[in-house]
Amino acid sequence: MGTYTFNGGIHPYDGKELSKDKPLKELLPKGDMVYPLSQHIGAPAKAVVAVGDTVKAGQLIAEAGGFVSANIFSTVSGTVKAIEKRRVPVGDMVDSIIVENDGNYDEVDYPPAKPLEEMTKEEIVAAVKNAGIVGMGGAGFPTHVKLSPKDPSKIEFVIANCAECEPYLTSDYRRMVENPELLIGGMQCVLKLFDNAKGIIAIEDNKQDVIDSIGKMVENEPRIEVYALKTKYPQGSERHLIYACTKRSINSKMLPADAGCIVDNCDTLIAINAAVRENKPLMRRVVTVTGDAINDPRNFVVRCGSNYADLVEEAGGFKAEPEAVISGGPMMGFSLFDLNVPVTKTSSALLCLLNDPVSKTVESACINCGRCVDACPERLIPSQLATYAEHEDYEEFDKLFGVECVECGSCTYVCPAKRHLAQYIKSMKKLSIARSRAKAAEAKAKAEAEAAKAAGDKEKKGGE
Amino acid sequence: MAEEKKEEKTLTLQVSSNPHVRDSITTQKIMLYVILALLPATIYGVVNFGLYALLVVLVTVGASVLFEFLYEKLMHQKITISDCSAVVTGLLLALNLPPRIPIWVCIIGAFFAIVVVKMLFGGLGQNFMNPALGARCFLVISFAGRMTNFAYDAVSGPTPLAMLKSGEIPNTLSMVLGNEMGTIGETSVIMIVIGACFLILMGVIDLRIPASYILTFVIFIIIFGGHGANPYYLTAHLAGGGLMLGAFFMATDYVTSPITTKGKIIFGIILGILTGVFRCFASGAEGVSYAIILGNLLVPLIERFAPLKCFGYVKPQKGG
Repeated sequence: MGTYTFNGGIHPYDGKELSKDKPLKELLPKGDMVYPLSQHIGAPAKAVVAVGDTVKAGQLIAEAGGFVSANIFSTVSGTVKAIEKRRVPVGDMVDSIIVENDGNYDEVDYPPAKPLEEMTKEEIVAAVKNAGIVGMGGAGFPTHVKLSPKDPSKIEFVIANCAECEPYLTSDYRRMVENPELLIGGMQCVLKLFDNAKGIIAIEDNKQDVIDSIGKMVENEPRIEVYALKTKYPQGSERHLIYACTKRSINSKMLPADAGCIVDNCDTLIAINAAVRENKPLMRRVVTVTGDAINDPRNFVVRCGSNYADLVEEAGGFKAEPEAVISGGPMMGFSLFDLNVPVTKTSSALLCLLNDPVSKTVESACINCGRCVDACPERLIPSQLATYAEHEDYEEFDKLFGVECVECGSCTYVCPAKRHLAQYIKSMKKLSIARSRAKAAEAKAKAEAEAAKAAGDKEKKGGE
Repeated sequence: MAEEKKEEKTLTLQVSSNPHVRDSITTQKIMLYVILALLPATIYGVVNFGLYALLVVLVTVGASVLFEFLYEKLMHQKITISDCSAVVTGLLLALNLPPRIPIWVCIIGAFFAIVVVKMLFGGLGQNFMNPALGARCFLVISFAGRMTNFAYDAVSGPTPLAMLKSGEIPNTLSMVLGNEMGTIGETSVIMIVIGACFLILMGVIDLRIPASYILTFVIFIIIFGGHGANPYYLTAHLAGGGLMLGAFFMATDYVTSPITTKGKIIFGIILGILTGVFRCFASGAEGVSYAIILGNLLVPLIERFAPLKCFGYVKPQKGG
């Protein structure tokens, strides 16, 4: 089997040996549970419980606030204590439902699910939608939206994103070691939606053991195949994963479906499996708690809404005071300034580092070495984009395709001058997108006004 | 629980935008690698030409660093000599000087390289041409006699390239080894290639520019050199003058070469053609320095005309 890959990328220290052999451990939460209403891309969910209500685990507490939105479920039994703004891992204050945990973990009775063979496509998508499943790799895009492309017959590949290219993360790896049948089961559910599609389980080749074991398991599955990807960051980036598997490339204005692909993360497929076959909502996810500041790095199966501080305690606490604590991996994660934040549907890891190299670096002049160009998976020129970002030069920024940046941070990683390239480009990208939207809206308003005026003139003429 | 809360309060965490890890490479490290890579050629030059060559090297390097320091001090800028880029410039300039050059010429050269070419245009990363080559060309124009006096073993005579120009074929073996007349650092192909291999292994430079440069030059010489694919003639051209030093250490200068792969290859091809033109059709025997600084000036144009195609690029539809 050839090794699938893309051009560019980097090879940072992967730190996976800290936690890769630590089995999954189910963790029971302690204090109050916090459920932010916005833990996905799209409209925030709307609370359907009130303060004082008693809830059971698995009970719907907030329903999707639109098509691109997701349901949220309580993961413990207890009483709704408050609905107020709470801090979330990305740093914002978000309206959240706080549930006081009664420690009984009473779970609702789920309606029995039909066997997969008897389910219609609509029923499968509805099950995924009802379960509140979002992309659990980090972006949090509602999965039922992904599963509803314009033309399902044009989907040729369903790709299970099991690359896990972020350093330190081992949550997907543990899932593949311990629950491969659930992953394959989830893939079967999704394949049922797309008659012309082939299922690809894409795994980086630093996880050869699961490539072999899952490969063996799907030997008798005519529609599912395991692809070994070259180990390289950002191999799990959606656009680059699609390229690695199919040699089709998409840009920021296209969807994976435009290349005939549907991409879902490993843990997401496992959640789909539970939703479709057991009618169970998304309540748990795997979180890797790791880093050189942690006494006993572990992989936990955590109920969403649990507190990060509890995870640290369960992993043996801190060896010494960490300089940086990151929610997610070191390349794309968010640094926390407070451990008192809840685990959300998209929390893949809690990384605690004794040393924060970033706070010690000093930016110096760009020497035009081109390392960022060679590392950029999008084939951009990060050094020049960053300079245009500093100058707020929208025209040049757009001309050099600044909006195509996937924010992977490879450029910042390799920069010998220690410039914060990705940071400049990310901020400018947001400004640039907002600016083009405003321009488009303005043009539309103008056109509408003109059309209205023309229509008015016509009416006037008609009136005469 | 109460205790834990207290503990959390005392945590002082660093917060920054992602990524939270960095490669260990720094500008200073890159410069140190380049200095290391130039040492074999430098040592060979000193052994070949005598201790006076060492004095030339030390003075040029020292003067370069000092000029950068003084300029930044006078202009109230941050002192950046610790990045070692001035050492690299000084060393490259020294290696491009004849072994018997008067010391005061070295100092003028260092001044021109650092102050005029580098600092006046904004310092590291902003210069539009290679400072060392800019200074060499300036010195060649200003002190033509002294800059082309390549006395060797107390015998003065034509350099191998000058012999080529007049139709003789020089001793190619001694050219490859470096027992020939020339500037301090350019004569030994072997030493230069050892240094270049080190830089390639350390990931400081790659073959995109040197390979396209040398390949284009060879093709040019085969077509226009008048000797066809005569291996002796080609070896003499490749080993003679500053071609090797230029291709591996000057043309690959980050600041003054294009940043994209496409740009780098176009740049190398242009350098190959220019060097060929200068060597075959110009009055002087040598052409590498002029070819590279001319190429440096063309970099903005190359970058403009080597259009970028991002990942997933779709041609804009006409009329849309």
